[in-house]
Amino acid sequence: MRWYWIDRYIEFESGRSAKAIKNISLAEEHLHDHFPGYPVMPASLIVEGMAQTGGLLVCEYGQFRLKVVLAKITRAVFHCPALAGDTLTYTATIESIRDDGAMVSTTSHKGQTLQAEAEIFFAHLDGGHQDKTLIEPRDFLRMMRLLKAYDIGRAADGSRLKEPPGLQDF
Amino acid sequence: MPTKEEVFQKVQNALVEALGVDEEEVTPEATLVGDLGAESIDFLDIVFRLEKAFDIKIPRGELFPEDVLTNSTYVEDGRVTEAGLAELRKRMPFANLDEFAKNPNVQDFANLLTVADMCRFVESKVNVTA
Repeated sequence: MRWYWIDRYIEFESGRSAKAIKNISLAEEHLHDHFPGYPVMPASLIVEGMAQTGGLLVCEYGQFRLKVVLAKITRAVFHCPALAGDTLTYTATIESIRDDGAMVSTTSHKGQTLQAEAEIFFAHLDGGHQDKTLIEPRDFLRMMRLLKAYDIGRAADGSRLKEPPGLQDF
Repeated sequence: MPTKEEVFQKVQNALVEALGVDEEEVTPEATLVGDLGAESIDFLDIVFRLEKAFDIKIPRGELFPEDVLTNSTYVEDGRVTEAGLAELRKRMPFANLDEFAKNPNVQDFANLLTVADMCRFVESKVNVTA
């Protein structure tokens, strides 16, 4: 069981942008306490969903070989609450990316309404951290499959997104 | 071609956005780490913003030559050697290293850069009008 805060990708353009949806359900236990009688999706988990949307985009760009960690949320603004029954559409756009990190701008929409926006910074660990396994590349691949990224994704040249060579054989 | 004032304003704006500080805190004399609270992860954020604001490329290690500080040729017992200081001066002509050179503890290096240094660094990458 992993920490999934998006349900499915609906767009995935390698190295550029991705869209994912999150259906908020009363079956999610955390909503029972947040808050009793008024179930609101916690803002922190919305940020996590936006970070997952963008984080896998950054990981895929590096073919899952880099140790990508969420390093900093420079800015996050929440315009309205997200409630049980809402479907959030998270959009992540890579603003800058290079071998030591990436800056991603993200939004969350309820229908046409901008619900939240955040600027998220990912670092690519190196040096002493390079030997540590945070998440196996194969686990990222499983997540990407589960979230249907390869069903709808496009490579940078517009062709169908393919799984990275060497990771499919499991 | 930006003026020095325009360079300062864009650098100030990048630091306000990256570090969440107030505009008036970003004075030319302010140090990035000590006064503005920058942490190591913020430097890449700042680099990205400067690249975008000035349409320039800042290769890794150019603004903050961390490789010098982790190189045993240039560091002995936590202090930067003479050769290390020479290398830093060569790599960082935009920074004033005189104060640091008096007691060159590696751990103090992070607090060296000021906002004015950042502006001089950018000015060296773009053509500045008088």
